[in-house]
Order: sequence, then C-alpha cells, then structure tokens
Amino acid sequence: MRSAVEIARDVRGGQSSAEAELARSLAAIAARNDELNVFLHLDHQGALEAARRVDERLAKGEDVGALAGVPIALKDNLCQIGVPTTAASKILSGWRPPYSATVVERVLAAGAIAVGKTNLDEFAMGSSTENSAFGPTRNPHDPSRVPGGSSGGSAAAVAADMTPIALGSDTGGSIRQPAALCGVVGMKPTYGLVSRYGLIAFASSLDQIGPFANNVSDAALLLEVIAGHDPWDSTSLPEDSPSLLSHVDDGVAGKRIGLTRELVDGADDEVVAAVERAAAVLRAAGATIVELSVPEFRLGLSAYYLIAPAEASSNLARYDGVRYGVRVDAEDVAAMNEATRTAGFGAEVKRRIMLGTYALSAGYYDAYYGQALKVRTLMIDAFKRVYQDVDVLLGATAPSVAFSFGAKTDNPLAMYLSDVFTIPTNLAGDPAISVPFGRGEGDMPIGVQLLGPGRSEAELFAAARVLEVAGGAS
Amino acid sequence: MSSPLRRDDVAKVAKLARLTLSDAELDMFTEQLGHVLEHAEDIEALDLADVIPTAHPFGLVNVVRGDIVRPCLARDEVLAMAPDAEDGRFAVPRIMGEAR
Amino acid sequence: MTLPEGWEMVVGLEVHTELKTATKMFCGCPNEFGAEANTHICPVCLGLPGSLPVLNVRAVDLAMAIGFALHSTIGFSTFHRKNYFYPDMPKDYQISQYDLPINKGGFLDLPDGSRVSIERAHLEEDTGKSTHLGASGRIRGADRSLVDYNRSGVPLVEIVSGPDIRSSAQARAYASELRGILIAAGASDGRMEEGSMRIDANVSVRHPDEPFGTRCEIKNLNSLRSLVRAIDYEALRQSELLDAGGTIRQETRHWDENLEATSTMRTKEEAEDYRYFREPDLVDLIPDAAWRERVALSLGAMPAQRRASLLARLGELPAAQRDALGVVIDLGFDHFVVAALDADVDGGLALARAANELASDVEHVENLSTEAYVVTLTMEQNGELSATQAKTVLLELLTNGGDPRAVALAKGFEQLSSDSLEATLDGLIAQYSDEWSRYRGGDEKLAQFFIGQVMKVTRGQANGKAVIAQLQSRR
Ligand SMILES: [Mg+2]
Ligand SMILES: [Zn+2]
Repeated sequence: MRSAVEIARDVRGGQSSAEAELARSLAAIAARNDELNVFLHLDHQGALEAARRVDERLAKGEDVGALAGVPIALKDNLCQIGVPTTAASKILSGWRPPYSATVVERVLAAGAIAVGKTNLDEFAMGSSTENSAFGPTRNPHDPSRVPGGSSGGSAAAVAADMTPIALGSDTGGSIRQPAALCGVVGMKPTYGLVSRYGLIAFASSLDQIGPFANNVSDAALLLEVIAGHDPWDSTSLPEDSPSLLSHVDDGVAGKRIGLTRELVDGADDEVVAAVERAAAVLRAAGATIVELSVPEFRLGLSAYYLIAPAEASSNLARYDGVRYGVRVDAEDVAAMNEATRTAGFGAEVKRRIMLGTYALSAGYYDAYYGQALKVRTLMIDAFKRVYQDVDVLLGATAPSVAFSFGAKTDNPLAMYLSDVFTIPTNLAGDPAISVPFGRGEGDMPIGVQLLGPGRSEAELFAAARVLEVAGGAS
Repeated sequence: MSSPLRRDDVAKVAKLARLTLSDAELDMFTEQLGHVLEHAEDIEALDLADVIPTAHPFGLVNVVRGDIVRPCLARDEVLAMAPDAEDGRFAVPRIMGEAR
Repeated sequence: MTLPEGWEMVVGLEVHTELKTATKMFCGCPNEFGAEANTHICPVCLGLPGSLPVLNVRAVDLAMAIGFALHSTIGFSTFHRKNYFYPDMPKDYQISQYDLPINKGGFLDLPDGSRVSIERAHLEEDTGKSTHLGASGRIRGADRSLVDYNRSGVPLVEIVSGPDIRSSAQARAYASELRGILIAAGASDGRMEEGSMRIDANVSVRHPDEPFGTRCEIKNLNSLRSLVRAIDYEALRQSELLDAGGTIRQETRHWDENLEATSTMRTKEEAEDYRYFREPDLVDLIPDAAWRERVALSLGAMPAQRRASLLARLGELPAAQRDALGVVIDLGFDHFVVAALDADVDGGLALARAANELASDVEHVENLSTEAYVVTLTMEQNGELSATQAKTVLLELLTNGGDPRAVALAKGFEQLSSDSLEATLDGLIAQYSDEWSRYRGGDEKLAQFFIGQVMKVTRGQANGKAVIAQLQSRR
C-alpha cells in the first residue's frame, strides 16, 4: 500500500481521488476484517460522503489539507459524532456520541476519511485486545497470535494495509506495544501535546492519543495534524503543533543515545539482539551509544498499576445506567447502578476498578496511591537526570514477539508485565516511539523503542527513521 | 507494609464500586489483586517521606476559560440516548438515600 | 428558645452559595435558574465519556472576592474529586477542593460585635436536581425520580465557619451578614428560596468551658427560618437526650419542614468513603499578585462598612428603623437610601420604602434607577403623592421601569392642586360651620373629621399632610 504522504499528494494532485482511495481501503477491510476482527464499526456511508466532499472541494480548487483523501482508522475510544463509540465495552453498546473528539475533528479537517472504529481492550485496559467485549482482534502476521493492546485494532488495521494510518491511545504502552507486535510504527507523544478532549478516559494523567503508520514519515505527518493546543483540554500544552515531517531525515549524527539496561532486561534473547543491532545501526549513523542504567524504571510497573486503576475507578464511575449506554433495571437506583455495572463491565475492567478503589480507600491511600505518586516523582527525576547525559534512550518495546491467544489471560500480573518497558515514559509524561526492527520467533515482527524528553518528538522520529532505513535485518 | 488483601476487603471495595461479585469471583479477584499488591511491595517498602508526590506530569498552572456562553446540546437528542426518560428528564428507579 | 439548665449550643455553618456567573464552572452552558429541564446541558456537565472540564475564570474571580471579603488567605489551590454515586451527579464524582482550598482561614464580624472564624471557602460544582414521582412527591416513598441536569456544574463556593456560634440568633445573624457580603461582593444573588444559598449546620451541645460534644450535621436548610428552628430543635434534642442519660451519635440529619424536626439520614458508620484524589483533568490554581489585585480592586464596600457609613448619616435610629437598615444593607439597597438622603428625603421614609417596597421585589430592582427612587420619595414628602400612591408607583417602577411622574399620571394619581384643595375646604367649612367653630375652638378630634370629609369628596386624591397643613393655617 502507498504511504499516507503519497496518497495525500496524489489526491491533491488529481492522480487519485478520495473516493478511489476509500474504495481501496474498504476492499482491504472486506478481505480480512471477518478473519481479524479489526473494526467494531465501519462507517461506509459517512466515509463515502466525506470522500465525495473532499473530491468536490478539490475539484473547486480548495486546499483540502495535509491528509487529503487518506483513509484513517479510529480507535473506538475516540468519540465521533453520530458514529457508534463503545470503548469495546458492552456498557456503551449502541451509544452514539453527540460530539467529536478534538483529534477526530482535526484529522477530518485535514481531509482524512474516517472509515471506522477499531477494536481495543475494554476501556483500553489490556495488552492483547483479548479484553474486548466484542471478541479479540487477531494479529495480521499470524492470526493465532494477539496483536497486542490495548490499541490492537488500530495497529492491525495499519499492519493489514486496511488503512495507511490510524489513531490509538497510550496509557501504559497501548500504542507502542501493539505497534511492536504488529510490525508498524507507533508513537506516544509528550503528555499534553495532543488534546484528550473526546478520548474516553482510562487514566487521565497518563492517557495520550498518538499515531500508527506503516512508516515514520506518515506517523510524523499524522502527529503534526493532531498536535497543538486545544482550549477544551486543561492539560493541553500551550504551544502550536511542532514541525515534524520536515525533520524526519535529520539523522542522529552527534546524538548521544543511551542503551538502557532496564529497558531490555528480561526480554527474550531475540528482542535483546534486535535492540543491540539497532544500537549498532545508530552508532554507524553517527550517534554515540552510551550503556546506562536507570534503576528507578524497575519501580514503574508497581506505581503504574496503582495510579492508572485509581484514576480509572473514578473515570468509570459515570457508567451507571442513568444517562446513556446500557441499563439493567432494578428496584432502586443504587441496585440499578450495580446491576448495570456488573453486567456491563468485563473482568479486567472490574479488576482494575477494584484495585483502584482499594488504592484510594481510607486507610490505604498513603501506602498505595500516595506512595505511587511519589514514585512518579522519582521517575520524572530519573528521566531528567539521564537526559542531562544523553539525548535519546534506546530499549525494547515489548519483552517478546506477539504471544498466542490465552497465553496470559489467567494471570493478570503476567499480562501487566508486557508493559514493563513502556510504562516509565507514561509516568514521566515523555514521548516514545516504537519502530519495527527485525523479526523473531515465527517470523513475527520485533519493535525497538526510542525514548526522549518532553517535546523531543522530532528527534525521536529522526532516530526511528535511521532504524527504518536500515531495515532491521541481522 | 500494609496487611495482605483479604476477601472482606475485596467485598467492601466491590460495594463501594457498585459491582456485585459471585463467591467464585470474590475468590478469584482476592487472589489476583493480592498478586498485584504483592508486586507493589517494592514501592511500599521505599522510604519516600521527603519526596513530593506528582499528580501531573507537567506543571501547567492557571488554565482557565472566559465566562462565555456556548451552545448546549439538543435535549431530545440527548434524551433519545438515555435508557429511560420522561417529561424532558432522565428517569431512574426510586432513590433510597439522600444526596450528600 | 432556651436550652435546659447548664447547656450551651456549639454551631458551625457550611454555607453553599451559587456564584453569579454567566456560564457553569467547567463548561459554557448558561448558569441560569428556572430554564426548561435539560436545556442547559453539554458533554461536560452531562459527564459524557471523553468530556473534560475547563475552569471558568469568573468563578475563580468571585471565589477570590468572597475570600477578600472574609479576610481569607488566598493562594495555591488544587481541585480534587470526591467520589460517590448519586444519580443527579453526572460523573459520579464531584469536582471540589480538599486540602488546598482557594480561600483559607478568615473571619466575619457580626453587627452585634461578635466574630465568627472562617475555616475555608472553597470552589466546587453543583449537582443536578431530582424530582420524585409518586404519592408524596418526596424522596422517601417515591416510585421513580426524574433528573434535570441544568444545575449540574453550576459553580458553588462552600464557606465553612469555625464552631464559634453559640445561639440560633447568632447563626441567623451570621447567615444574613454572610448573605449581605456575598451580594456586596457580586458573587451571589443570595436567593435562598431558589436554592442559590443553602446551609448545613453542625450542632453540638456542651456545658460552657467543657470540650466540644459529639456533633450532628443537619443538611440543606433552605431559609433563615429553617436554620433557626432546626438548630434550636437539634440543640434541645441533644441536651434533653444527654440529660436523660443518653449519648449522641455522630450522624447526618435531615430537617423536615413540615414536622419541624430533624431525623437521622446517615450514621457515621454509613458515611461514604469519598476517596478524594487530585483531579487529573485540571491543573493547579496559583492566583498571582496581579490577579489577586485585580479582584481586590473590583470589590465594593462590605456590609459592615456600609452599615457604619449609613448610620453615620442617619444618626440615632428607633428600633423599627434599625431593622429596616439591616434589610437595606443585606440587600445592598443602601445607594437608594444615600441618594434619597442627599436629596433631603427623610431618613425614616428613605429606609422604609427600600426595606419594604424594594425588598418585596428584589428580582426587578434593576428596573428602578436611584433617580426614580429619589423623585418618588420627594413627591411623597412634598405631598404630591400619598403614601399609598407612592408605594404603588414604586411597585410599578420595579415591574416595568419608567419615569415616576409619568407613572403617577398614568395611574391618575395627580394630586389635587392646592387651589382645588382650598376650594374643597371652603365648601366643607361652609357646610359644617358648627364643627369648624369647635375645631377652631381647640377640639383636635375634629381635624380627623375634616380630613375624612376631604378624602370622601376627593375620592382619596388629596394628600393627608397637605390637608392638615391647610386646616392648621386657617385655624
Ligand atoms: Mg461540599
Ligand atoms: Zn455544560
């Protein structure tokens, strides 16, 4: 499939049309969606109308935008006005938001064509998309394996060439880990760079929306379109969208890159080997590789699995059967709330709501939630310290290639460990990118991760581009 | 270090979170959440008395908007999405407790 | 009311006041009382998935104004979530302030010279409103409830006093002084009947100088009358219970207007675990010096100050006029009185018309200019309008505005000219020559007879004072 950059260029130049690109996308979806369960909802009609509008505007000589006619897939925790939005939860089945997320408005305003809503772990809680109430998504490279999660649908959509780009959300690795497992590029931007308005909240202080793409340039282009201040998100950074696409070929010459022990320890050998090969490629491109250790990273998992559930337990209280979504009736309103939530939420969501409720409850707050917030301070300080010495950190995205269905479903802690390398950046609010680099067991893709300080997206794309060009071959 | 998670704690938390758990679920969640909390002993054990907690990754302050009226949603569209509505309002079964 | 021998009540008040902003606290929906149900709602105040709050700067300004008026420390503050399920609360948590409120500490001096300490005055959002269907229309025994979210997200300031109040009268004085302050600060319209000011009372009893007793919190007192009665009832209940050898349970109680009694709503054991934590969707609030100064400069004179300056102009007042002064200050009508005094209107008259006629239609007072007030009262004082006519003119001006002379004319209140009054008197003196002789001879009672006759003949158009003046001059 052609890249988003090429599609937009062709559509704007008249060599292609939005409608033709949409047809191509819908054909790819039709070919494999039944098998892979990537989309929870396809908006055929809306997409067709949007494509025709783009083509009409182009015919009139209007500037349609940087994503003119580019089909895009939206993770189903992003609100789109009038289009079913469920966060892969039964409790929201049938809900059609009366408003759109800021990012959705921005991609549409840039001329992209939203083809549908992709599968995820329910309320983005999971690392395999097995927690979707509407069945798991399958990995396009091997349908017996998971695509990763929680943005498994968006990663798979891009990996299966259903759409050239997709949006996901990353709270503890939910963009980067599925990107690694599906062999695509995925970035979690700096916290606050992209508006969260209209993103169904999981853990508000950690959630960030970010791009999936088949290549670094497309990811940079998509992030440029969605980034920049939004007055409807109080945590939105005040600045305009940064210039990213024009910097992807900046290279890494003169950069100091830290090969971080804690970001590979415990990973499968083939993953460690890929990271080492990546280090060699970066060195060859002119970077200085520094081996270093950040012991605080080891504390990330525990802090994350207290902070994220605590915020989630509060964010998910509103699903009570009163105003929208599903209701299970009962005698009185409290019993109705409870019956609704009991029937509407899946096991993992319940697990995290309870964990978070417990961590915040009287008598436990200081030991758990309060302590986790202090570890967050340690984490931020550790990143600051290490970024005084190096520009970028290098490590693995996930400990292994995509695993098989059911491999970790009985042991939540084992599943949580899938996020051990991705969590530290979420806690610090910093950006990180996963870029495919080589293949492992079963010819499954491996992703390596590049991390940088806040607002270093351009540098991360440039470093990822160096790895992309090298191709990851051993 | 806090005491290990008991079945009663899980039952109490489920009540607070408005979730009904079967006996089997209670057992399962007690065990699974216990594992996660055991893992968290690594941070529980740290002496962080002097560390300031971070709730926000970046220190933005004083983010406000002007006191300017914006369009509201159409009531009928919103109520059409509600599980039950009557007379322009959201309808719920009877409320047992008083407001806070 | 007196408590049984040896008991003293200890009361602290939590006053919730809705702020007079154009929009809600975290969204652009209108903050307006009385609109059709669920017409002022949006994704934010309805708690729709994905929606986020953005703080209304005007709500912060008004909260800070309250802080200045209460001598609070205004500084670094944060927002927290207070988590509990309730159908009229769309997110099932309330955004409030916890350990770092915008206003910390302070005090309020009452007209009697006593001082009540203020612990805090923090910002939070209001809930929606439920109506209960079924037999009683009350929450208990209803079959179903209907929820309107128009009020959801309206900005509130909760003002928490120290446990310094020792009588229901003092509680009342505190609440009405506070109300005056809120109005003076432009923060609230103080309309308790519309629920824009609601009071919770923490009540305990003790023997003087002993430590505080166990307290009960009485919720949602919606008038000063309920406040007084509920506190008196509760303090009496507690002291009688203790005298009978019982113990007080710490609990939340409900005041029943009809039964005039409090009853248990929730015991301490049933108290919810609110799981307060920092609201991650909002950032810290650190009003800098420039911001604080802007608010401080915008603040008008507070009631105590205004009361003192008005008193200085009025001098010693009889009891009835002191009450009128209280009403005038509470409602912020002193500028009417001051303008009238400047135009040489009698102080008692200027106070009375403001405390009665203006106070009877507070909602429309913006229709009445101070000029119109002064002109109306001057006409009354000069005898161009009778008292009844002056009141009617004021009420009409409140309802529809306009010019007092034009209103008087339209109502047919044109007073008899002095010429025609004289002519009328000439006729009556001729008709009742005996009575006139007796009046001239010193029978004062006959003055009333002649006034009555004049009124009868003129169908009330004459001005009583003018008639008396005429009678006296002819004597
Ligand atoms: Mg409160
Ligand atoms: Zn609103």
